[in-house]
Amino acid sequence: MNARTDSELLQPMHSPAQLSNTHLDALEEEAIFILREVAAAFERPTLLFSGGKDSLVLLKCAEKAFGAGRIPYPLLMIDTGHNFPEVTDFRDFRAKELGAELVVRSVEDSMARGTVRLAHPGESRNAHQSVTLLEAIEEFRFDALIGGARRDEEKARAKERIFSHRDAFGQWQPKDQRPELWTLFNTRLAPGEHFRVFPISNWTELDVWQYIERENVALPSIYYTHKREVVERRGLLVPVTPLTPARDGETVQTRDVRFRTVGDITTTCPVASLAADAGDVVLETLSVDVSERGATRMDDMTSEASMEKRKKDGYF
Amino acid sequence: MTATTLESTIAADTGAALRFITCGSVDDGKSTLIGRLLVDSKTVLQDQLAGVQRGGETDLALLTDGLSAEREQGITIDVAYRYFATAKRKFIIGDAPGHEQYTRNMVTAASSADAAVVLVDATKLGWAAEVTDGEVVKGELLAQTRRHTLLCHLLRVQSIVFAVNKLDAITDAELAFERISNALNAFAASAGVQVAAIVPISALKGWNVVSAHEGWCGYQGPALLDLLEGLPVTAQDEAVPFAFPVQWVEKFSSSSDTSQGRRVFWGRVASGHVEPGQQVTVMPSGQSATVAQVLGHTRQSKTVHAGHSAGIVLDRELDVSRGDWLLAPGAFTPVREITATVAWLDDEPLVPGRVYWALQGHRWVKAKVARIVDRVDIATLEARPADQLEANAIGDVVLALQQPLAVLPFTRSRTLGSLVLVDTATHKTAAAVLVRPAAA
Repeated sequence: MNARTDSELLQPMHSPAQLSNTHLDALEEEAIFILREVAAAFERPTLLFSGGKDSLVLLKCAEKAFGAGRIPYPLLMIDTGHNFPEVTDFRDFRAKELGAELVVRSVEDSMARGTVRLAHPGESRNAHQSVTLLEAIEEFRFDALIGGARRDEEKARAKERIFSHRDAFGQWQPKDQRPELWTLFNTRLAPGEHFRVFPISNWTELDVWQYIERENVALPSIYYTHKREVVERRGLLVPVTPLTPARDGETVQTRDVRFRTVGDITTTCPVASLAADAGDVVLETLSVDVSERGATRMDDMTSEASMEKRKKDGYF
Repeated sequence: MTATTLESTIAADTGAALRFITCGSVDDGKSTLIGRLLVDSKTVLQDQLAGVQRGGETDLALLTDGLSAEREQGITIDVAYRYFATAKRKFIIGDAPGHEQYTRNMVTAASSADAAVVLVDATKLGWAAEVTDGEVVKGELLAQTRRHTLLCHLLRVQSIVFAVNKLDAITDAELAFERISNALNAFAASAGVQVAAIVPISALKGWNVVSAHEGWCGYQGPALLDLLEGLPVTAQDEAVPFAFPVQWVEKFSSSSDTSQGRRVFWGRVASGHVEPGQQVTVMPSGQSATVAQVLGHTRQSKTVHAGHSAGIVLDRELDVSRGDWLLAPGAFTPVREITATVAWLDDEPLVPGRVYWALQGHRWVKAKVARIVDRVDIATLEARPADQLEANAIGDVVLALQQPLAVLPFTRSRTLGSLVLVDTATHKTAAAVLVRPAAA
């Protein structure tokens, strides 16, 4: 589907007058306030940076909060080894461009250490990122990890505080979250504990795309339309890759697709789309009838509470 | 909503989103109401709707109860934040739990809300039995209805709307609505609460939620959503003199920098506004300086008003660090003792003599509970003497501060008048503190 066909309809959205949006300004202001609070309140914070759209939006806000080249914390990526190369390449390029320190820790190293054991070789490594992440937290003694999670993504996320306390085992206690009053964030920690902090909690998928359009945030190419070999499986378009080959009886087709969300290759699916830039994606996002995760994630479909369970285990 | 109407929404810039909460007692229908708002405004997507089918029926409450413990028990434990938009406006909803045990989560949601929709379950009230001669109505509102309304009022939630729910299950709905409205108005008047509207609704059937149910219960006003579209967002405390809590100090190592090695103090303007040339006093050091430069996010010089972040460069090198305040000279007198209303949120009760951490702006100081003045009886709104404040109690206390703080009554300034108390042993956030006007 190419939503961008009526050029007259599109015209007003791209006139300079539309570049100002009070709602986006308020969301940006909130994110910047939180990013500064983390820089000031913690000793060893880090920003989780995957090269995906939400973390690139976070990085844009961080650039505004601190000035180019002055982001006062390192960027951390937990690499499953199953990433789309377009995304990791872009991640490295962007970190370098910003002069930011990029720390990469990999699930494969955890497997080599024996701290991650796969049930079978083809198992998704996505859930195992938690182990590697907690190992990185221990290694660097991080006390705050900034993430690009949004409350509109998923029901368990909708319940989470902006400053989300984690115990010494990295666990989220959803039944016992700290009250969060006004912007008086209680950042006090006992040794070994840490916080996960979500500056763009209150953004929706549409807000993110409008912001990307307004601020000209550059993204990895796979967020926009491209031709890709896929198979249809349980209503999803599963990308055909060496890691995710077609199964017997499935027909491989080349389709025009884009990714709404990117993550581990083994769990992320694209959607059919001809959207070639952020403006196109904004229009598509306005007319979708399936949520970001419902359209694209294989791992969330296994159980109603799978995200909550993973978060309790230390997932971000 | 169709894509076209949403497009016009974006093109028009609907302004800041309205943040509202739904609160009230358990099972009054909060989650169902939100489900109804989301479904009828076509915000819920197909896969999400498929996830809330139970035995062929749609259970709207399941759209918001996202924790497994909530689904197991069929109750809401913590706030769920939801987002939706109409052609006129964007909304952020905080769906607050009704149980008294989870009042702290309700207070969390209320502290950032522009408006509150307090749900009242018409089927739970003894409105029919209380009538003697068709006039007298004894306001038998539930304790949580009173508590939540009072908390919203204390926290300065600007608009409080009562939504009287489940009237579809009552035979004489008009009479029930009239009497419950009387009880709500009487309670609000005695608590000093201004009521924005009282709307009869059926969250289950969708009456008066997104579209008006003409004349039902004798009500001729707008549907709840129409009301919400017209409510104001919280106004900033601009009439109060300039106050600025220093959040983060930016240091430049290079003297070739345009700011000539000076430091920039970043933070959010709490009240008033700031522009170059203004005199300021640093709290607590008491030193004076002149504002040399004010930076916005684009690092362009500008005037910055309350509610917005600013970077301030002073005309001289002073010892200013995170937690300090830049204040309009002479406008504030730092005090070592404050009387405040507290909403006690911790399971461990507040007792006189204990020392807590207090956070105001970005400043942490020790605060000792000098004495408890009284506790509010939720049923009668009377202030009663108390030895301690248990979880979910509201009362007045005197706090002795380790270091002086510049405060204003919370009714005048949200930022200078609000603090949180944190337990020094468990680090739990124990109380919302609202500074009271000084005794005359």
